[in-house]
Amino acid sequence: MQKYLFLGDEAIAQAAIDAGMSGIYAYPGTPSTEITEYVQNSKEAAEKGIHSEWSANEKTAMESALGMSYAGKRSMVCMKHVGLNVAADPFMNAAITGINGGMIVTVADDPSMHSSQNEQDSRYYGKFALIPVLEPSNQQEAYDLVHYGFELSEKFKTPVMLRITTRLSHSRSGVESREKRKQNPLALPVDLSQFILLPSLARERYKILLRSQSDFEAESDSSGNNKYIPGKNRKTGIIACGLAYNYYLENKISNHLDYPLLKINQYPLPRKLIEKIASETDELLILEEGYPLVEESLKGFFNSPYKVKGRLDGSLPRDGELNPNLIAKALGIKEADFPAVPELVSARPPAFCKGCSHSDVYLALNEALAQYGKGRVFSDIGCYTLGALAPYNAINSCVDMGASITMAKGAADAGLLPAVAVIGDSTFTHSGMTGLLDAVLEETSITVIISDNSTTGMTGGQKSSATGRLRQICEGLGVEKDHIRFLNPLRKYHLENIGIINEELLHQGVSVIIAERECIQTAGKRHRNLSGLKQK
Amino acid sequence: MKTDIILSGVGGQGILSIAAAIGMAALEDNLFLKQAEVHGMSQRGGAVQSHLRISDTEVASDLIPKGKADLILSVEPMESLRYLPWLNPSGWLVSNTEAFINIDNYPDKEEIYSEIRKIKNHILIDADRIAVEAGSARSSNMAILGAASSLIPISHEKFHSGIRKIFERKGEDMVKLNLMVFDAGRKAASDYLSR
Repeated sequence: MQKYLFLGDEAIAQAAIDAGMSGIYAYPGTPSTEITEYVQNSKEAAEKGIHSEWSANEKTAMESALGMSYAGKRSMVCMKHVGLNVAADPFMNAAITGINGGMIVTVADDPSMHSSQNEQDSRYYGKFALIPVLEPSNQQEAYDLVHYGFELSEKFKTPVMLRITTRLSHSRSGVESREKRKQNPLALPVDLSQFILLPSLARERYKILLRSQSDFEAESDSSGNNKYIPGKNRKTGIIACGLAYNYYLENKISNHLDYPLLKINQYPLPRKLIEKIASETDELLILEEGYPLVEESLKGFFNSPYKVKGRLDGSLPRDGELNPNLIAKALGIKEADFPAVPELVSARPPAFCKGCSHSDVYLALNEALAQYGKGRVFSDIGCYTLGALAPYNAINSCVDMGASITMAKGAADAGLLPAVAVIGDSTFTHSGMTGLLDAVLEETSITVIISDNSTTGMTGGQKSSATGRLRQICEGLGVEKDHIRFLNPLRKYHLENIGIINEELLHQGVSVIIAERECIQTAGKRHRNLSGLKQK
Repeated sequence: MKTDIILSGVGGQGILSIAAAIGMAALEDNLFLKQAEVHGMSQRGGAVQSHLRISDTEVASDLIPKGKADLILSVEPMESLRYLPWLNPSGWLVSNTEAFINIDNYPDKEEIYSEIRKIKNHILIDADRIAVEAGSARSSNMAILGAASSLIPISHEKFHSGIRKIFERKGEDMVKLNLMVFDAGRKAASDYLSR
């Protein structure tokens, strides 16, 4: 057994290696990226032949993980919360097929949207798919629940969701490892029709999933992951889920609180334990990171016999991340006033790095579009979304991976001409290619700028599936060769670049402009590594 | 014993290395610790912070409650003020004087310094100058760590072995340079307090 200082993400990765995982599949997304990166950088994982290459998107990742499970081996797929929207189709259906080798779907939610476009709560997806969900409250539990998750998955032949949030993903603490397990041997499913979801077979599979629900619930009551901790003050019973438990504990220690407590780390909700705490206390206060899932379940639609407080009745804010102070307030603890931030402190939003190629793309695009007026640039998810901020104010949309091209198409269909899409290279291969095909098939007049920095920048410079392939992909999808243009986004080519953009804005049909220059961060890192090697 | 530290700065200034150095030193001392980092979008030149909690008993929350931080350690002066609501009344603020100006409406530096001087327990040092004088402009974060080190209940030698562990793979020269900058920062702080 070894002691480590781990980010929550790293604890999950090492646990998966120790628990005999044969492959991890993912597309980078904050706050989940470091899980897969850890496996990629692990010497042990390499020696054990564990698959860890990035996938093109979360859907392909989920399907590959399911395929590995079909072949009898343990797999993990990781993503950020909105990535699960992309992978929702295989996710929902993997619950119906069930698994062969153990499979864990790790989803990292981002309440307060530190680095995301929404704060959706993945526990709803777990409930929607009718599968067990595990929610650790610290790094050690994250490690332990991966081991348990694979066991649970193989015991009930179901995929298991591991749900974490930003604070756990990116918080470091001590973790002790466990005994390592061997990987599973290659083994086909006993029933070779298990994974064929033809309606007649799917109906049977669905019934199996429904029958498992009572087992899942019983497991939640008895696994020991949900703990009832007695307390003398029976005025309020606390139900604390995942990370929210830490914030309660902080207040419990500093204010000597003694409420009965139910700590939740596993769903479906443990019915017996909840009935126990509800019947012993006058009211329940639900502390959960994300949406009020537990609170809603306990309130019921009309009349619940219990008095339940939480995010819905205003005891806690309806949105945003929890913290110890919010929980103190919900517990009725009076805190002294805190010092104010001096007025002179100005906001410092993120911005393009000095020398970033995206900024040169936007400077040229803004000038080219000046004659047409504002409001016609659809953009996407990545560093280049920062083009929304001053001084560029260059884009008008950022919705989901790939939406730039398809929204530009819809707007062009409606008559907004010219319509421009700005998308990154990695986002293009994630979800932009299919939309481009739509536009090609209809010869829609859109100008697609692929701002190609040859990496997945925002998440820290992971390999991009698009690198070196963009021309062939666009040609293959049927974009006319004469309208696949290249520009070098550097200040010295500014006028030339405006000229290229202007020409393509006038083209009736699909244009793709590939603006290729390496990310300043990855280029810098590469340079430093090279000079470091030379010194040695 | 429990020390709650907020590290602040601008994305790319190396606050995660400071956190790692303290974390390593704390582990050497067999202390418990939790350290919440900021990754992702804010790292692109935005305001960043890290909550670091070390204790001889287990730490509950990953986030420091408002009004409970013992120390704000900042590699940038304006950023040190952003987290004042977290500082407890007897807490310390240790900041670099060198401003990182990547916004148009950056306030007057003297006004920032005078806000910092309003805090009873504060240390202001020019970490960038200290680092440059020691011959390593990139190591200013270690100067600030040095300046705050006497306020953190970890011994000088444990800090040294923590820093050594972090820079070890970059070679002995880097280790020595960073240790030198750390010590220079520590001295600058004691000079500041006895000024």
